[in-house]
Order: sequence, then C-alpha cells, then structure tokens
Amino acid sequence: MILKLESVTRSKGGNRILNGISLNVHKGDFFVLMGPTGCGKTTTLRIAGLLDPPDSGSVLFRGISTRQPERKLLPVRRKMAMVFQSPVMFSGTVYFNIAWGLRIRGIPEEVIRHRVDAITELAGLQGLLERNTESLSGGEQKRVALARAMILEPELLILDEPTTSLHLSFKKELLEKIRELHRETGTTILMATHDFQDALFLGTSGAVMNNGTIEQSGSMESILFNPQSNFMADFTGAGNVIPVHFHGDTAVSGDLRVKHTGNRNGAGCIAIPPEVIVLSTTPGVTSERNRFTGTVTDMNRQGRTWSVTVDVSGTLLDSAVTQGALDELEIRKGSTVYLSFKANAVRVF
Amino acid sequence: MEGSFSPPAREKTSNTMKHLLEAARIALGMILSGDGAVYAITLRTVLIALTSTLAASVLFIPLGCLVHFTRFKGKRAVSGFIQTMYSVPTVFVGMLVFLMLSRSGPMGSMGLLFSPAAIVMGEVLLIAPVITGLTLSALSGTREGLADTSRTLGASRGRTILLVLSEARYAVLTAVLMGFGRAVSEVGVAIMVGGNISGYTRTLTTAISLGIGKGETAESIALGIILLLVAMTVSIAVNLIQQGRVR
Repeated sequence: MILKLESVTRSKGGNRILNGISLNVHKGDFFVLMGPTGCGKTTTLRIAGLLDPPDSGSVLFRGISTRQPERKLLPVRRKMAMVFQSPVMFSGTVYFNIAWGLRIRGIPEEVIRHRVDAITELAGLQGLLERNTESLSGGEQKRVALARAMILEPELLILDEPTTSLHLSFKKELLEKIRELHRETGTTILMATHDFQDALFLGTSGAVMNNGTIEQSGSMESILFNPQSNFMADFTGAGNVIPVHFHGDTAVSGDLRVKHTGNRNGAGCIAIPPEVIVLSTTPGVTSERNRFTGTVTDMNRQGRTWSVTVDVSGTLLDSAVTQGALDELEIRKGSTVYLSFKANAVRVF
Repeated sequence: MEGSFSPPAREKTSNTMKHLLEAARIALGMILSGDGAVYAITLRTVLIALTSTLAASVLFIPLGCLVHFTRFKGKRAVSGFIQTMYSVPTVFVGMLVFLMLSRSGPMGSMGLLFSPAAIVMGEVLLIAPVITGLTLSALSGTREGLADTSRTLGASRGRTILLVLSEARYAVLTAVLMGFGRAVSEVGVAIMVGGNISGYTRTLTTAISLGIGKGETAESIALGIILLLVAMTVSIAVNLIQQGRVR
C-alpha cells in the first residue's frame, strides 16, 4: 500500500468538505477519484499530496504517518508530485520548468539534460524546450506540467482533473500520453476527474465521491457493473434505474416483472443499461429471460446512437439503438416493439 | 490705489519672473559647470537615500514575505495597518527618531543625533511600511497556486519563498524604487535628526529649504531641478518596470 487515507475530515469556512474519507491506493495502481464538481475531490488530493493537513483522521504514505512537522515532511513530499487542474508555469522556458525540480535537488546539469530529453520525448514536447511558457497553448502547458512532475520519478503522481477545459482532440491526446506514461514508468497515479469516461479509459481502480463521502470504491469493473446506490447508477450512466420490490429472482415495479440473477427480497432498485436492451418489431424466439412488449414514446439522437424510449406496462425504458438498426426496424413514435434482455444484465442494488 | 507708492501688480509679477528666470539661468550654469557644492549635496542625498533603501529592503522585504507566507489570525488587519502607515508624516518619524537618539533617549549614548546615520535610521523607519506593504502586494499578485506548485515539486519552504519572490521580482523592485523615491524627497526627518549641517548632513531637500529662507534662489533652483530629475528618474524606472511586466 503506497497511500492510505483513514477517516479524513476537512472543513473550510465553517462548511464540512470531507466527511470521513478512507482510501487505499496500491503500488502501481492508476487510482481514479471520481465524482461531480464540488464533491471534495480536490480537497482530498491536496490532503493526499500533503499540501493541507486533515482536521481529523490520518494520511499514511508507505505505512508512515504524515502528521509531522513541515521540516520532516519534505523527504516524504519529495517522493510525490502533483499536477493541478490549471497548472502554473514558472516564468522562463519549457526546459527551465521541466528541469526545476531536479535542480533544487542538486542533480548535476548533464544528468538533468539527459533526463529532460527522455521525458520530453515521452510527453511529446520535442521542439518546445526553448519556448517561453507564456507562448504555450493550454494543452501544451498541461503536458509541460506533467513532464515537470514525471521527471522527478515520483512514487506517487497526483493529477487533478488533467483534461479539464481542453479541446476534445487535445484531451484524447493527453489521456493517451498519461496512459503511456503510466504504462512505461509503472508510477502509481492518483487522479481526480468528474468525467466517468476518462476514468474508465485510464483507471485500474477508483472511488466515487459524493458530498464529501466515498459513495463506492473498488475496481473500475465493479464500479461500472455493480453500482450500489441510485447515485452510483446515475453517475455511471447505468440508465433505466427503477425502484422495485424484490421477490427472489424477480423485481416488481407495477405491472413490470424483471428477472435478475440475484436472490433477494424487499425494496430496492434495479438498473437496466440501455445498450443491453434489444428491440425488434417481431416477437421472434429468444433465450433472454426478460421479454416485453411496449410502445415507442420518444426517439432522440445521442451522438452515434439513438435513444428509443419504450412504454412497457407503464414503465418507461430507454434502449440504445444504432442508426443502421433503426433504419432496418423502421420504428417510429407509436410503433409496437418487442424488448428483450438477459437477467444477468440487470444490476441490482 | 491712487497715490500708493507700491508698483502696479503687473510690473511686480514681471520683476519676479525676471528674477526667477535669472536664477534659473544661474542654476543651469551651476549644474552644467559641475558646481562642487551642488554636486556634493546631491551625492550625499543619494548616498543616504540609497543606504536607507538598501537597509529597509534587507529588513522589510523578508518581513513582507513572512506576513505573506504565514497563516495567522488578524493577517488582514496587519496588512491594512501597514498600508495605513504609507502616509505617516515625515516629521512624526523625525520626532520619534529624535526622541530615541537625543541624549536622554534610549539610544542617546550612541551619539548619533545630527549625523547621516540618524537620517538613515529615520528614512528606514519612514519607508519601512512602503517596502513591506508593496512587497506584500507583489507576492499576493503572483499567480495563484505558484507556491503550491513549488511545494509539490519538492521545494522547501525557503526555496518556495525564493521562487515566488523571483516571480514577483518586478513588483518587488518597484517597491524598492518607491521606497527610494520617498527617502530621497523627504525633508522632515533630514531636518529634525540631521540638523542640516553644511558638508555633513545637508541634503537636497534641507538645502532647498534653507536656501529659499536665505534668499539664495539660484542655488535652491539648481538643487530643485536636480531633486526633480532624481524623482523623475525613479518614476520613469517604475513605469518602465511596470510596462515590462505587463508586456
């Protein structure tokens, strides 16, 4: 375990920002801290990066408490590096910025030049070394900040919303660079993002925050496929979240009876991802345990796919359909359609 | 008034102008010919002001850093107080230093009263709020997150302060120049604790004050022109620095 936060709380201006956060980041992890804007991600990162102390709780780096005087904390901080959401460039050239952390450590200049060359190539900053940082674009500044931190070969790299306010093409490029850096160096990374897609692209494990608490943590797969609350289902885009009453392997909502693979009783929720619902205009033969008939009530384009809303026994279910499938099915508002999906695709919480 | 012996007002003004123009001509001659007395006073004034500015910079730029980088209750009140002290009257500072250095004062045994060192002490106190306050403003004006970035890259507290100071160097230099400008042009301290002793503590401002009183208009105008040039040079330097920073 490289970083452990235990029951961390933090208040600012009388407002409680963090309500007992606990996190475990393992060596080599790409741990993603997710959640909507204002949920406390940056505050958590600042505490993890030893910039701010927690009001209560503890921060352990490699098992050692970080509640120490500033002077004793410096060697610990030197094993970490952090890149902020809006990176601050020092006045001077790109080279000056990237080399700065090594210079204050007293590394010889020829070693610095060698390492700057290596990191520059990895971060895709060739040809920019002599440029003044004032003339860099936002995307270039973020890559310089990343290189400036990575060159220190930290045991833990903390990234706060690295792709915020970037154009889509620059964002994709930066995400790929970060993934490449993680794969090539094996550095443990703790990253905050409000973008679930970014988290899925990069993360190996993570946690979702909401109102200063951890809503759910674990592997990215468990977060994506097993949302454990309404908030999680909403945040992960599970879609079709329906409050139900469970009777063994059946979830009942009004006249709708949905089969799932669990066995539980009492009140709860199910989520049926729109992409698992198959639409057809004929009943056909299918092995799926969930088969329903419904009426199309709405159709909306969502990027490359269409969201088709179907009224099934008074419950509205969204289904994601490709343009090709839509043309083939020739469905429109008011059409009668048949829906089917597997029981193991139903998420239960 | 009819029957009055005093000359008409227009004639009086004309004579004054003639007198002033003549004095200005003589003054320019003194400046251009390198008049020893004028240049000795100028050199002394600049040296005293430079020493004061240097001492105040060494003492109060770090104080500005300390206030900026330390979290404590009442920080805003302290900043406000420092700014209020920008306009402390020079005679008030002169009086304080006089009381400290006078024979019965706490520092009377040092025998510094009516010496250049006394003027330096007074000017240091006078420009301390300017240098501290403007250093504080300069540091506050740096980009948000600069100190945090430095710390996340493994810098010690001292190294972080140096980085932020270096980023704010133009604004800090402006603070120093503003301090020098106030020191070189003040008169209250120099007269009260310097005593305006010829060849020893006489500065541009005290010499002008004395010269006008004694009717030595030409020399006073020459010194005034030099004082104006020094003040303007400082002002131009400040403007150039600020333009460079903006650019």
